[in-house]
Amino acid sequence: MIALLIRDLRLALRAGGGFGLGLAFFLIVTVLVPFSVGPQPELLGRIAAGVLWLGALLACLLSLDRLLALDYEDGTLDLLVTAPLPLEAVVSIKALAHWLTTGLPLVLAAPVLAVLLNLPPQGFAPLVISLALGTPALSVIGTFGAALTVGIKRGGLLLSLLVLPLYVPTLIFGAEAARRGAMGMQHDTYLIMLAGITFATIALMPFASAAVLRMGLR
Amino acid sequence: MTLRVDNLTLARGGVPVLTGVSLTVEPGQALILRGPNGAGKTTLLRTITGLQPPLSGQITGAEDQIAYAGHADGLKAMLSVRENLMFWAQVFGRTDITAALDAYALHPLADRLAGTLSAGQKRRLGLARLLVTGRPIWILDEPTVSLDKDAVAQFAAAVRAHLGQGGSALMATHIDLGLEADVLDLTPFRAHASARAGASDEAFL
Repeated sequence: MIALLIRDLRLALRAGGGFGLGLAFFLIVTVLVPFSVGPQPELLGRIAAGVLWLGALLACLLSLDRLLALDYEDGTLDLLVTAPLPLEAVVSIKALAHWLTTGLPLVLAAPVLAVLLNLPPQGFAPLVISLALGTPALSVIGTFGAALTVGIKRGGLLLSLLVLPLYVPTLIFGAEAARRGAMGMQHDTYLIMLAGITFATIALMPFASAAVLRMGLR
Repeated sequence: MTLRVDNLTLARGGVPVLTGVSLTVEPGQALILRGPNGAGKTTLLRTITGLQPPLSGQITGAEDQIAYAGHADGLKAMLSVRENLMFWAQVFGRTDITAALDAYALHPLADRLAGTLSAGQKRRLGLARLLVTGRPIWILDEPTVSLDKDAVAQFAAAVRAHLGQGGSALMATHIDLGLEADVLDLTPFRAHASARAGASDEAFL
């Protein structure tokens, strides 16, 4: 399992691996927002948490279509099915590698980009905590979407359509926790709900992903 | 470990292609599948490997015993030959890849990226992967595609050594490897087009 994780991280970091794509996308989206809503610091401060959450979510989505498709195309997935690893572990490790190369950099970049959007000072900690709690769910749910579309050529758009509705609960609770934090309001409940959603998806989604993957490989 | 297949019926895309296939592969034995294109060789091998379920019939002795080599080699272009082999060795809980590099003369290529290899070299790397798995039953689908004469000889030697150690091999191939192998022709098992048993819901998908 560790070998698979190391391989995925190594592949992501090498040329053409797509590491940093999500991060660059996140940066550009965040920079574009002030251009589109105009130079109004108080307005930006109010929408900053929501914008950053939406940006992070879309950036996560960007690299999902290569998560399993590349392994499917070169036959690795067929061979992994015959390996001693259970397929549930394979998809969990893949989701973890996706989070480490996409989700985690977004969490770390968010406070820097929050400065661009004039996020109030008390909002930084809730933003980072909510993203850290929420992005693993995005990776795990995304892996499920990638497993569903694995045999489909150019399945990227279909993948987005399937996965985005499933992201709604995470987005609602994550963005709300960050927004309330920025307003200086109580936000613990939202963080706990968000953590609950994340842990539930981590516990349950790998079984669904492995099941649809087995069907997709037939 | 004896691989035993009883009365297997297989479908591809909802259409039955083979019915009533029975075969056994004992330790030390190699069995070669023959049949024209579309006879169902790949489907049979994928089913025995466990990549797709049969419509009916029994497969015993396959669980966690099989090393499969299909049409695709499962190589990562951006990893070196050594890293590719090492990854598969570790997945199967092993660490020694020297024997595999020796068997297919891959030492001079060990630090090249797999993406820069020729088709035949990639194939050799894909076959070397079988050696690092340590699995006793090899299931090989057209293993000699794009191999030159020397590489075919290396492959035949590797299979012979594997059989000598009590392993077994089930392969679909059209060329003569010079192995003492039994041959099973799949033509008599072809399913009739009318036998749509279990053709399921694929029409809706």
